[in-house]
Amino acid sequence: MIFVTVGTQLAFPRLLEEMDALALEIDEPIVAQCGPVRGVWNNITAKRDMPPDEFQRNFEQARIIVSHAGIGTILSAKNMGKPLIVLPRRHEFGEHRNDHQMATARYVQDLEGVYVAWTTAELRPLLERHDLQSASNDPGPSHTALVSRLRDFIDA
Amino acid sequence: MTYATCQRRGAIEADGMKKKRVLAIASGGGHWQQLMLMRAAFQHHDVFYLTTLPGLADQFAATPSALVPDCNRDEKIAILRAAVVIAWRLIRYRPHVVISTGALPGVMALALGKMIGARTIWVDSVANAEEMSMSGKLARRFADLWLSQWPDVAAETGAEYAGAVL
Repeated sequence: MIFVTVGTQLAFPRLLEEMDALALEIDEPIVAQCGPVRGVWNNITAKRDMPPDEFQRNFEQARIIVSHAGIGTILSAKNMGKPLIVLPRRHEFGEHRNDHQMATARYVQDLEGVYVAWTTAELRPLLERHDLQSASNDPGPSHTALVSRLRDFIDA
Repeated sequence: MTYATCQRRGAIEADGMKKKRVLAIASGGGHWQQLMLMRAAFQHHDVFYLTTLPGLADQFAATPSALVPDCNRDEKIAILRAAVVIAWRLIRYRPHVVISTGALPGVMALALGKMIGARTIWVDSVANAEEMSMSGKLARRFADLWLSQWPDVAAETGAEYAGAVL
């Protein structure tokens, strides 16, 4: 199962429409938390309001998580050890008030288990891969550097 | 509070460095999650944890710990209640260092902690990729080490960037 989440605050029709179209081409069920938007998607199981326990269950059961480049989802994927594909929201499409998700995506693209689809066309090849790594809470270089700075300050 | 009294005598670590008392405080949710991801920075010292959600500290085996009532800027009575609890814990524990990832109770702990001579650390939540959080802005004047987890936010505000829990 592929679990799609766009966060609770803003609509993200570009991602949902692409996933709805891909559902016809890939042989895997797609469940989506679709946020504050009225839309019709016929090929995926889309839910506007998803209680935390149901969200958690879908997250745990999914093979891959697909989402916007939101920090909450990235931290969740790390916590739950899931491969994550992010499609950053674009200001030019009215998907966010600025392009900060592009900056976030550039930052997280080096993390293990986090994959960036810069355009919707890049989603399908990523979804068809079966060698995606899982994200994890193992500290990367940036995390290690932060802890080291704090430790030096505290020990001093 | 026999534990704190006991801690107060000061334990010596194996490598001879004197252990410090660290008060680590974060509201429940993302703030707490991030504080837990920074434990390697202070867990070799004596740590006392404060958070806002019952059961949360135990879930992370973060002991000893105590609860502090949650509050936000619009709740004057709740702020007062939280301030009393935080002040009490600070006076009993007398930390050398106070560290917080937010939110408002963390700012209060930094402010009150400074008054009793503690060194203070603010690490703004990684969720604030665009600008420093409201709490972070408030914390600035009470923080000896004032960090953002985003290089751009740090550059804009004059905070330090040292990395991120991502």
